[in-house]
Amino acid sequence: MIKTDALIIGAGPTGLFCAHQLGIIGLKCEIVDNLDKIGGQCIELYPDKPIYDIPAIPQCTGEELTNNLIEQIKPFNINFHLSDRVQEIKKEKENWRVKTLKGKEFLTPNIVIAGGVGSFEPRKFPTKSTDKFDGKTVLYSIKDKTIFKDKSVVIFGGGDSALDWAIELSKSSKVTLIHRRDEFRGAQSSVDKVKELQKNNKLEIFTKYSMKDVKGNGKLESVEIKDDDGNSKLISADYVLGFFGLIMQLGPILDWGLNIDKKTIPVNTETFETNKQGIFAIGDICTYPGKLKLILSGFHEGALAARGCFKYARPDEKLRFEFTTTSKAVQNRLGLKND
Amino acid sequence: MAKITYIEHGGQKHEIDVANGLTVMEGAVQNDIPGIDADCGGSMACATCHVYVKEDWFPKLPNKENGEDDMLDQAYEPKANSRLSCQITVSDELNGLVVHLPEKQV
Repeated sequence: MIKTDALIIGAGPTGLFCAHQLGIIGLKCEIVDNLDKIGGQCIELYPDKPIYDIPAIPQCTGEELTNNLIEQIKPFNINFHLSDRVQEIKKEKENWRVKTLKGKEFLTPNIVIAGGVGSFEPRKFPTKSTDKFDGKTVLYSIKDKTIFKDKSVVIFGGGDSALDWAIELSKSSKVTLIHRRDEFRGAQSSVDKVKELQKNNKLEIFTKYSMKDVKGNGKLESVEIKDDDGNSKLISADYVLGFFGLIMQLGPILDWGLNIDKKTIPVNTETFETNKQGIFAIGDICTYPGKLKLILSGFHEGALAARGCFKYARPDEKLRFEFTTTSKAVQNRLGLKND
Repeated sequence: MAKITYIEHGGQKHEIDVANGLTVMEGAVQNDIPGIDADCGGSMACATCHVYVKEDWFPKLPNKENGEDDMLDQAYEPKANSRLSCQITVSDELNGLVVHLPEKQV
């Protein structure tokens, strides 16, 4: 079990800067994120898109912003727990006992929810019949590609994941690629490669088709696809792969007894505490009169939430307001040498 | 100002006057119409404000921008008349527009 002053849920810009602010006032924190990398929406949705409204930074990409924030919190040696999700929380005297999906446990007086619009999960097929094969022969990510050897694999999607796996698996499987329109959004080189493979009969492509149904009794046997005019086709399949990008879901946060208003969590604007003592919400996930869903607002909210955490983490101490420019104590925390 | 009719998947109709300059998504969100999530707030980074535009209206709308179809690939059950409602800006010309909402957004 890990004891810490604060547990931050979400490694997006808001969570990262809150970690910085906690470090500045001398508190330790740990960060959990469902993605396998740091950066949240900035890194998952728009790593290459320029952002123009970060104060004092005329222009930077989501990836640059993330890298700069990681650099900024380096002095605090913060532990990240990636590809994991906070599942359960329970009040224990002054603390919250927090359990993750992977079985990690934390004991902390403060939980800061910086979860954006929720955790990223793969978007699944809309058909109900796929559910019973989910995780077995209907998959949304690939952990072990050897299972597909000499099998029939039907891949849905038009982005890089769909194209890259179609190319890779066509080497040793019978691959069919299905996409709802003629244009693919993946890299042009991958699109060219897939079309070349199709020409050489190494894989089949059906465009303007989408999933209608999967068939099989206990074991997946075939996929039925349909076009816009209602025509359908049956394709034999051992495996079906869907690559439709990610959706964001609040998930277990809904079960913690927090007030929820249209997928967001109301907070007070003094400390960004929620209706539960010691649970704070900052960034896109919080709401209050005048709330702006901007990264710069998340920074402000994180700074105040960090101060809110102090009274629960150090109940016998008084927080003194200090500037990074002049405070020796703060500069020590930042690892700067004072003469 | 344009009168826009949002029809929920279950058939419930909402006729709303939406001011020029707002998007069809904002018109729905500001009037608490269920069925439009708009998780990313209108930055074309998700596909949760997906609507089906009534067939006769579809060709009258301004064309899709780069990237909208890429996001629609990731929507729930996209069809030929699918649009992201955050990318449709309201003007007088859209008076009478009818959009159907999908069964769900995610």
